[in-house]
Amino acid sequence: MKAQFPDGKRVVKPFWSPLAAGIALGLVLMLSFVLSGHGLGASGAVTHVVAGAGLAMAPEATLANPYLKPMVSEGNPIGSWITWEVLGMIIGAAIAAFMAGRFRVQLDGERSLGSGRRLIQALLGGTLAGFGARVAGGCTSGLGLSGAAVFSISAFVFLGVFFAAGLLVSRFVKGV
Amino acid sequence: MFPLHESGMVSGLVCGVLFGFVLENAGFGSPSKLTGQFRLTDWSVFKVMFTAIVLAAVGLWGMRVVGLMAPDTLFVPQALVMASAVGGALIGAGFAIGGYCPGTSMVGMSSGRLDALVFVVGLFIGTTAFAGFYGDAIRSMMAIGEMIDGDTFADVYGIADPIMLGIMAACLVGIFYLGSWFERRGPGPVTAEQAVAGAE
Repeated sequence: MKAQFPDGKRVVKPFWSPLAAGIALGLVLMLSFVLSGHGLGASGAVTHVVAGAGLAMAPEATLANPYLKPMVSEGNPIGSWITWEVLGMIIGAAIAAFMAGRFRVQLDGERSLGSGRRLIQALLGGTLAGFGARVAGGCTSGLGLSGAAVFSISAFVFLGVFFAAGLLVSRFVKGV
Repeated sequence: MFPLHESGMVSGLVCGVLFGFVLENAGFGSPSKLTGQFRLTDWSVFKVMFTAIVLAAVGLWGMRVVGLMAPDTLFVPQALVMASAVGGALIGAGFAIGGYCPGTSMVGMSSGRLDALVFVVGLFIGTTAFAGFYGDAIRSMMAIGEMIDGDTFADVYGIADPIMLGIMAACLVGIFYLGSWFERRGPGPVTAEQAVAGAE
């Protein structure tokens, strides 16, 4: 099942089957709940870095901000569980990519969209997702995946609207 | 008795490393694979997510039933219907336009994708913008549709957990059948070679 890449040296291992990956992800999600009492997440780390960097660089403005103030009132939140988890996530994904010959520096979507448009869309998409994650109080991981495993109403509302919006927007905007 | 309430560095790093390792192996660092879910050509996102949700839900429920897990200790997000819907719409739109969601952009970055790095920069801009705009208008919008009876289907609608598990398991089977049907009709799921080569 290994394939030679055009450069002749790269051996790319196939992805896990969705069933195998799903079982592995379910076990990791369970481990997270058993260890910490909550599920996995992602966007919360960005929020804590924004709050922590704000506290370090612009303490008055950060302490005056009604959203960030509660996060920094008991010290800098950068050392929270979720920031360690996302740091681990970056490391774990890099290990997997290197082990499977799937690490390649590239601007993915450059060929389909052109580099300028791809960069603008990535920035715009990230901005919308970052804002949306704060409105929802979580993202696909923290609210959708982790919440659904504990029968959260918000999680299923989120997943339904998330999919509907993705389907709709991808009809009108060409993605990667 | 679980959970252990370990919310320190080691617990975070261990969960995170495993999370990132699994997501990359699922192919979720590739924006063309991820957005294939919205084009209905690659159903890996829903297949993987719902398998994980059902497995974890059954496992956590089972641990509670046999007395290994303390009842009402696991974190459940607050039931805010409008906030979840508006946030879900923005993340779905951002995903379709930018190719990632917050977690998968970290995975894309770790597999060498510069567009994922730019998406992460966008996450910081969006988060900072939200903090800047946060006030009475956003707060009252987020409070619309708040469930006062609780946060779960059992609390609010009286749907017992085993019935929820049955419904979710049926949805899982449906997603695998429907997804595989769509995948057979189209070009098929994005392979690792295609993902590494980049979207065409």
